[in-house]
Amino acid sequence: MSAGSDLVRRSAADLADALASGETTSVELTRACLDRIAQVDGAVHAFLHVDAEGALAQAAASDARRAAGRPASALDGVPIAVKDVLATEGLPTTCGSRILEGWVPPYDATVVARLRAAGLPILGKTNMDEFAMGSSTEHSAYGPTHNPWDLDRIPGGSGGGSSAAVAAFEAPLAIGTDTGGSIRQPGAVTGTVGVKPTYGGVSRYGLVALANSLDQAGPVTRTVLDAALLHEVIGGHDPKDSTSIDAPLPALVEAARQGAAADLSGVRVGVVRELGGEGYQAGVQQRFDEAVQLLVGAGAEVVEVSCPSFVHALAAYYLIMPSEASSNLARFDAMRYGLRVLPETIDNPSAEEVMRATRDAGFGDEAKRRIILGTYALSSGYYEAYYGQAQKVRTLISRDFEAAFGQADVLVSPTAPTTAFPIGEKLDDPLAMYLNDIATIPANLAGVPGVSVPAGLAPEDGLPVGFQVLAPALADDRLYRVGAALEALLEKEWGRPLLGLDKLDHRIPEVTR
Amino acid sequence: MPEISRDEVAHLADLARIELSDAELDHLAPQLSVILESVASIAEVAAGDIPPTSHAVPLTNVFRADEPEPCLTAEQALSGAPASEQQRFAVPRILGDEQ
Amino acid sequence: MTAVSDSGGLVDFDEALERFDPAMGLEVHVELNTVTKMFCGCRTEFGAEPNTQTCPTCLGLPGSLPVVNGKAVESAIRIGLALNCEIAEWCRFARKNYFYPDMPKNFQTSQYDEPIAFDGWTEVEINDGEGGVERFRIEIERAHMEEDTGKSLHVGGATGRIHGADYSLVDYNRAGIPLIEIVTKPITGTREKAPAVARAYVAALRDILLGLGVSDVRMEQGSLRCDVNLSLALAGSDKLGTRTETKNVNSLRSVERAARYEISRQAAILDAGESVLQETRHWHEDTGITTSGREKSDAEDYRYFPEPDLVPVAPSRPWVEELRGTLPEPPRERRARLQAVWGFADLEMRDVVAAGAIPVIEATVAAGTTPQAARKWWLSDLARRANEQGVELADLPISPEQVARVQTLVDEGALNDKLARQVIDGVVAGEGDPDAVVKARGLAIVSDEGALSEAVDRAIAANPDVADKIRDGKAAAAGALIGAVMKDMRGQADAGRVRELILEKLA
Ligand SMILES: [Mg+2]
Ligand SMILES: [Zn+2]
Repeated sequence: MSAGSDLVRRSAADLADALASGETTSVELTRACLDRIAQVDGAVHAFLHVDAEGALAQAAASDARRAAGRPASALDGVPIAVKDVLATEGLPTTCGSRILEGWVPPYDATVVARLRAAGLPILGKTNMDEFAMGSSTEHSAYGPTHNPWDLDRIPGGSGGGSSAAVAAFEAPLAIGTDTGGSIRQPGAVTGTVGVKPTYGGVSRYGLVALANSLDQAGPVTRTVLDAALLHEVIGGHDPKDSTSIDAPLPALVEAARQGAAADLSGVRVGVVRELGGEGYQAGVQQRFDEAVQLLVGAGAEVVEVSCPSFVHALAAYYLIMPSEASSNLARFDAMRYGLRVLPETIDNPSAEEVMRATRDAGFGDEAKRRIILGTYALSSGYYEAYYGQAQKVRTLISRDFEAAFGQADVLVSPTAPTTAFPIGEKLDDPLAMYLNDIATIPANLAGVPGVSVPAGLAPEDGLPVGFQVLAPALADDRLYRVGAALEALLEKEWGRPLLGLDKLDHRIPEVTR
Repeated sequence: MPEISRDEVAHLADLARIELSDAELDHLAPQLSVILESVASIAEVAAGDIPPTSHAVPLTNVFRADEPEPCLTAEQALSGAPASEQQRFAVPRILGDEQ
Repeated sequence: MTAVSDSGGLVDFDEALERFDPAMGLEVHVELNTVTKMFCGCRTEFGAEPNTQTCPTCLGLPGSLPVVNGKAVESAIRIGLALNCEIAEWCRFARKNYFYPDMPKNFQTSQYDEPIAFDGWTEVEINDGEGGVERFRIEIERAHMEEDTGKSLHVGGATGRIHGADYSLVDYNRAGIPLIEIVTKPITGTREKAPAVARAYVAALRDILLGLGVSDVRMEQGSLRCDVNLSLALAGSDKLGTRTETKNVNSLRSVERAARYEISRQAAILDAGESVLQETRHWHEDTGITTSGREKSDAEDYRYFPEPDLVPVAPSRPWVEELRGTLPEPPRERRARLQAVWGFADLEMRDVVAAGAIPVIEATVAAGTTPQAARKWWLSDLARRANEQGVELADLPISPEQVARVQTLVDEGALNDKLARQVIDGVVAGEGDPDAVVKARGLAIVSDEGALSEAVDRAIAANPDVADKIRDGKAAAAGALIGAVMKDMRGQADAGRVRELILEKLA
């Protein structure tokens, strides 16, 4: 095993220590990640764009800061991959869509600006469902990403590129975005950690909106502590985002370190009755139940809670999200940036004709479905019955959360109802696809934070299962305490982390790009 | 609620400025009907006295001071433009009302 | 489109009023004079190089987000208060979804069913035609906040207009500039005075906004734009007719003319037994007519919903009261006060108000002239020019300070009235300040007593009869000689001094 492959398998926290002690350099580390990407990404296809030159230049600058004794942050020099839905100045940003092919933003998203300020070299942009519309990354205009555990299966979505990149050891860290589960569900099916912060906890400035009232960017990592470290870099108030919360973040890294001691005495854990059982794969439910028992063993008090309105969450979500999306995506009209298609059959076509042709050619099936659905839900005569009604369901879901958090400090459930399904299986059955998000959506509707932590492999298919922890708004620290405790308890049982290079390498053929 | 007709989908596509082919319309209309059926239950859920939630986190009065910030250069602004001329975005002929 | 409206048939205005009652609704868009845009920190300077005042937000780039300009909210509240509106305790922005190339996001961030100000009123005065003043109370439906669009330049085609153009060029500097849209309730019962009331309302609104200092209100630059909605009902019927919406009527004079034109045009359609089409119409300043624009159909569906990127605006009552405290004197009280201070007769003041001359007279007086002198300049010469050019007094290329300087030169004896008029001509023609014009055109009064004396002698010699009359004590006859001298001196003499000299010489 080469020094490089040894480096790429380590956690970000570990790498930060190695950089601090001088054991390695950011350039060496970044090069190791780029080598790994070159080896395996042909098979995994986690990246839409790799910026080797830029990443190495940032790494060299990081090393210079270290040498001068002025690291910019704890993670200075640790490379990261960024979901292609965040604007990156000078780097292509496509959102997985043809309509933005070749677009290079003239500005950085706040999350990206904070990564740069903290000194994390940006390896590249990761694949995703077009405009984050999907749960499998199959809806990318640039081809699907493959799950490193089984290349014939989906890596989850919409942030399958970020989760696969981290799972395949192409990057120690990645940024995802979560509108209905797009960080947590990919985390679950790839055996990685994914955190959706409290709505308003991480700036949305520069995040190309799917559904503005639901979207949140967050960490995609291999360990809970890494997620906390990254969350502290990207989180906190941003005056450029009117929905950003003007309050300090709770102590997340501290909570993760505390949780690693696996003492949960005094912590009340609520198992959500509506998120489990029927409709959940047996092995998924089994691993979830076992994990709950581990928490009990660590001193947690487990109660069952009921959130009756959650059964309507999916319906509310599939009205609010496409409504907001239909309006957000209106700007892709061939006038100012992105694709411009001139209809062949028309001589000197009008702006309107060019818009129509471009939007037909530039958007994929799922984007069109959702735009039409959202246009319908907002159109006069239907608004009250659909969008208005869905907003009321949101109120009911928030009330359910409030009541549940009266009984428990955190709520838990399986993250996704199944393990990774085969690529192509649900592509033309939108409804079946939407059901993947059944357990993750309530948190988005209520704005509360959630994490997915690996809970083992389902016995029937040997594929990863995710364990979801939800906390009240602004109490993101609880995710890290409970998540880190579960991680420690499980790894003690397994004797090592769930994800390992050795475990995956026979599954991913080496492909030199 | 809703069966969504092929004509209705065509009208919505028109509102959304998407030129859908006949094949796409045939494909989309039944899919949308299925989706709409699945969300139809929402009509019965929430009674009239429940206030709608548009934002999960209730904030009000988030204002910015009236102080200028640096703009993009014209070159940056036009950098993504499919066509430009005279430092302006060149767009196909516009039908309809002058604004 | 109907046959009559196509053929441009018109009914005589007075005749139309015999059979029909007009109802009007006026929608005014005011660009605020904030330093930055409604939702981003870009500057709002007029006339900047194209696309130099944009950022990701006002260009609608993917990922960008809006943040509300607090000063714009403050201005909106002050406008609402000055129009006697209620101020919402809680309101939101909404997205108005429609596609247009000059609108970067293809939705306008506006307010929908929750405007910041509503249910107000203001009063306007017009001449009653018999030397008196008639007052009308205009009910204000709402005033809400929104953003402006970019500006398109149409290339190719015959006219440079949108129709027939080959393509267009868009400048987004104006996109995102804060707008306040002020909408009246239907204005009825104004009969033949409808056009005058429309004009007086927009003029009154302009004065209020100017007094608040919230906008430059320059109609010719588009910082105040008016849409005139007009419908006719059969006289005596209380059923409103179908209305048209005439867009972008951008001078006070045009507001009056457009209303008048629509009354005549719609009357012709109704007389022909046809129906008025509900549509937007375009106003043509040059020809004074409106032409058909877009038909308002049910297909127009803006799919409004609350803007999820912005949080609600909930002005606290103490803040609203604090802003109320900053309001200037209401126009009517202000007029009464100024009339007393200036010592104008009712009739004089009425003309001043009708000409919209209060602000310019006030500024001219402040620059050091007497109120009567200021009134004289603005209401005679300058009012005529403004009328000829179809612009407002304030928009003439001469400032109150320059007018005051001309009067000072007259008071100092350096100019007489005739020369002063020429100086005004020069300033308006862009030849510079009054002093510069005097110098360049050589307009100063000849103060050379010798030259003057010789001219008087010449006039006496040329008019012996007149001279005899004066010698006989008929001093009133001096006028003819003064005229001759002034002619001789090409107007550049002080008529008073000439008279003195004549009387001295013929004593
Ligand atoms: Mg408007
Ligand atoms: Zn801007």
